[in-house]
Amino acid sequence: MKYLKEYRDPVLARKILDEIRRTVTRPWSIMEVCGGQTHSLVKNGIIDVLPSEITMIHGPGCPVCVTPIHLIDAAIDLAMRPNVILCSFGDMLRVPGSNQNLLEAKAQGADVRILYSPLEAVAIAKDNPTKEVVFFAVGFETTAPANALSLVHAKREGITNYSILASHVLVPPAIKAVINDPLSKIDGFLAAGHVCTIMGNGQYYPLASEYKVPIVVTGFEPIDVIQGILMVVKQLELGTHEVENQYSRIVREEGNKEAKAIIEQVFEVSDQVWRGIGEIPSSGYQIQDKFKAYDAVKKFGISVDAPEEKTECISGEIMKGLKKPSQCPHFGKKCTPENPLGAPMVSSEGACAAYYHFSGTSIPN
Amino acid sequence: MCLAVPGQIKSIEELHGGLLRKAQVSFGGIMKSASLEMLPTADIGDYVLVHVGVAISKVDEEEAKKTFEYLREIGEVGELEDIDEYLPKTE
Ligand code: SF4
Repeated sequence: MKYLKEYRDPVLARKILDEIRRTVTRPWSIMEVCGGQTHSLVKNGIIDVLPSEITMIHGPGCPVCVTPIHLIDAAIDLAMRPNVILCSFGDMLRVPGSNQNLLEAKAQGADVRILYSPLEAVAIAKDNPTKEVVFFAVGFETTAPANALSLVHAKREGITNYSILASHVLVPPAIKAVINDPLSKIDGFLAAGHVCTIMGNGQYYPLASEYKVPIVVTGFEPIDVIQGILMVVKQLELGTHEVENQYSRIVREEGNKEAKAIIEQVFEVSDQVWRGIGEIPSSGYQIQDKFKAYDAVKKFGISVDAPEEKTECISGEIMKGLKKPSQCPHFGKKCTPENPLGAPMVSSEGACAAYYHFSGTSIPN
Repeated sequence: MCLAVPGQIKSIEELHGGLLRKAQVSFGGIMKSASLEMLPTADIGDYVLVHVGVAISKVDEEEAKKTFEYLREIGEVGELEDIDEYLPKTE
């Protein structure tokens, strides 16, 4: 197919940037909610070539970064049990818990495995009937269908030694929380394209009209992100606040029906604690009672009370857009990707890691 | 971890009497398997977006084409109108 590589065309990127320059007349703050877009903005140097009127604010959209510390500790605790195989996505292994991370637990002999997909964990459970296989299932709406599907597969195959430790976060309540924060001054949003691939655009209309903010559903390639910014800027300059879809090659208005159905079958909306930010009402998914045999929290009696976290990491301020990673006193000193003090330095979608790896790079001519 | 990548379906395998469809998807030559349970109409040759082992959307080439036509036109008119004001700002 055509139009895969084209989304990285630097000539076209410059052209759209010029159009942004021509359009903008006043200062605007735009939040990209999703860490994947933060990564693209910083890695491709877009952030350095935007006109000075535009400030990009990096939002809380990194599921690895917002997984509450008590769940990291719970995962480590499970992993240390001799009969447990603890599986997760690679990024989760280096996220600091209260005392250590999963990688350190692995070094001490815990059976911790990095998987590409939760569906692989079901296969591991099938192959290891004497072990308990737990998948540490984190993610936004994008990942919820795959995590839900793993439970449906396990149930269908009569596998009883599989469960998930779920930490699911939802984007629209987070946008709402960010707008309602008295310190935030965000004029427009790039919504996360892959989240909308699943959920569709419907949830964003009431947000855009209630808070009078333009919201543009945006993809992840350099051209996508720059075009998304242009669309937000055009609306801001015109004073409109619509929901627009930049990522129409992937996102259908209604989202993915099958994916939404499987989420509804397995999960229900619940309050959720976001690391660094606190509890946001109705901003997560918990496993429904009919799947409770697959809920690691119930199966292993894990405490879900989030203790107060003591940390030098200012990730909350970073994710609310109040500070840039480079304004953190520990950035690049006490806190590096090798020795992260906070989760945003771990994940490739974390703002701190993106700044650490890519700051200073720019779009090639 | 939120990465979702477009690839092309090369083959489809039906399991559990068609209940479960699994595809081999090529990402620029690298093959990986992906569940098609969220995309019941996906077929061999289709480009799909795959996230953590599950195909979540078909890539719509027509929509991509429209976007590119629009993007290529950007500035063609504007450049003529604003050229003086706009030139000094470019490095
Ligand atoms: S640089 Fe490190 S300590 Fe500072 S906010 Fe980022 S992750 Fe936290």
